[in-house]
Amino acid sequence: MSYTTTNFLYLLTIVTFVLALRFLSNPAHARRGNQIGAVGMLLAIGVTWAKIGTTTWWALVVAMLLGGSFGAVAARKVRMTAMPQMVALFNGVGGGAAALIALAEVHRILPEPGRPSYDVSTAIALSGLIGAVSFAGSMIAFGKLQELIRGRPITYPGQQAVNLALLAGCVGVAVALAAGVQDEWLLWATVGGGALFGVLFVLPIGGADMPVVISLLNAFTGLAVAIGGFELQNDVLIVAGMLVGASGTLLTLLMARAMNRSVANVIFGAFGAVAAAEPGTAGDGAGRTVRMASPEDVAVMLAYAHKVVFVPGYGLAVAQAQHDVRQLADLLEQRGVEVSYAIHPVAGRMPGHMNVLLAEANVPYPQLKEMDEANPEFARTDVAVVVGANDVVNPDARNNRGSPIYGMPILNVDDAQTVVVLKRSMNPGFAGIENPLFYNPKTVMLFGDAKESLTKLIADVKAL
Amino acid sequence: MTVAVTFGHGTQLMFETTILVLAIFLGFEVISKVPTLLHTPLMSGTNAIHGVVIVGAMLVLGAPHKSPYIWAVGFAATVLASANVVGGFVVTDRMLEMFKKRERPKPDQATPGDGGGPPAA
Repeated sequence: MSYTTTNFLYLLTIVTFVLALRFLSNPAHARRGNQIGAVGMLLAIGVTWAKIGTTTWWALVVAMLLGGSFGAVAARKVRMTAMPQMVALFNGVGGGAAALIALAEVHRILPEPGRPSYDVSTAIALSGLIGAVSFAGSMIAFGKLQELIRGRPITYPGQQAVNLALLAGCVGVAVALAAGVQDEWLLWATVGGGALFGVLFVLPIGGADMPVVISLLNAFTGLAVAIGGFELQNDVLIVAGMLVGASGTLLTLLMARAMNRSVANVIFGAFGAVAAAEPGTAGDGAGRTVRMASPEDVAVMLAYAHKVVFVPGYGLAVAQAQHDVRQLADLLEQRGVEVSYAIHPVAGRMPGHMNVLLAEANVPYPQLKEMDEANPEFARTDVAVVVGANDVVNPDARNNRGSPIYGMPILNVDDAQTVVVLKRSMNPGFAGIENPLFYNPKTVMLFGDAKESLTKLIADVKAL
Repeated sequence: MTVAVTFGHGTQLMFETTILVLAIFLGFEVISKVPTLLHTPLMSGTNAIHGVVIVGAMLVLGAPHKSPYIWAVGFAATVLASANVVGGFVVTDRMLEMFKKRERPKPDQATPGDGGGPPAA
């Protein structure tokens, strides 16, 4: 296949990728866009196959079958609520592939008389480093989300210094390699150090901050792939990698801004003083009472309300209660209640987590309201039902300067007439900080597992 | 008759850099039009797209005159990249399958005593 034909077909692939992303602007044709991208990918694979000839076809087939079937099985069998960790996993293997490619290239090129050109050696060093960081970091992210590792941040004194020193070391080695020091072991050191750094920098980040981390790691893999394109002089890798790099970067910034923290603060801040408890919001609970309600009470409140807003959080995903929420919402709508869902940008474990969760339960997407749209409506809401959300409705973010979440924009559920909080118990939950919303006179707590509570509510509303 | 054009290394690099810069701008432009609702499929979809690294892995594995080292590394890279591609597209498809517009259930004829009224659109 001639150079022109190959590159023309690669260009077609690039076009399909851009279209795939373009079509994501509208849920109506988003799925078609993804299919177009898949066709483009097949095209690129076919073209590459033709380019390399048939001498090693069997190795390619075996490798692709191995990886592909693992991908297919894992992706099909996994529950929708485990999507965040699957995204992390598949992101990681992509980064790993980029790092391995760098390792192969350096082996092939060295030793070279004179010096390999700067751009190629830099590309090898950088894609190896970034790919390794992304691979290892993604695996840790997977572990945290899959709850194989503790969700709480794992910290130790001097951690920042160690991480920075390690990073500096890796960069130093990478620079040496890029400058032309001809030693393959340098790349191994870079890759190994990068992997270690990836582990160490994701480990201290709490499960609640995972949306930002996964976006960032996605950007890293994209970047590693793009740089790999410079190594191999392949435009598809450069463009596709950069599209992903740009996307991941933009999403990371959006997520951080939604939490009103800088990206640096999220990555390096270990979610602020989890250890340091602020006075004033003393979590003693002594002298502060919560009002409890029974499912029957809540059912009456809901059924006779004009407007009800559901506020989902990660707890909803854990309880697997999204179908029950939707059933309840449908029942209420049949009674003439106006129902909507308020989605905070960082509710859940990745951007749009709540949207995906509720979409799985067939919630019509016009009912899903973003924070800026939802907040003004709380004042005319009769009942706000908080299911498994905590930090995103915590008024300390508005009022308490000492709180680690101070400054984060939240959903102002306390503007509603009544707030019903579905919670298993008074334990602090994933984030580990107190929430004065629970002690607000407008609030009633409905204790119990979310799924059970919702089932009872459904039965009670039906009986009314 | 085709004319074979070989680019000098520096020219090639310049082309690639131009494309890189344009790709960054293109990326930001296209991504900024994706609504928050679809941010999760966006993350998954871009995940699938960077699976194009499989092209690089194939080039490594398919190169002639390989040492066992390159066989092994190239093989591993192809396995990983294949998982990325297939897993990425399948997961994204599963997510996007769920975004269907559904009709709202009609309000019952017998509304509660205080006349709640039809649900707001």
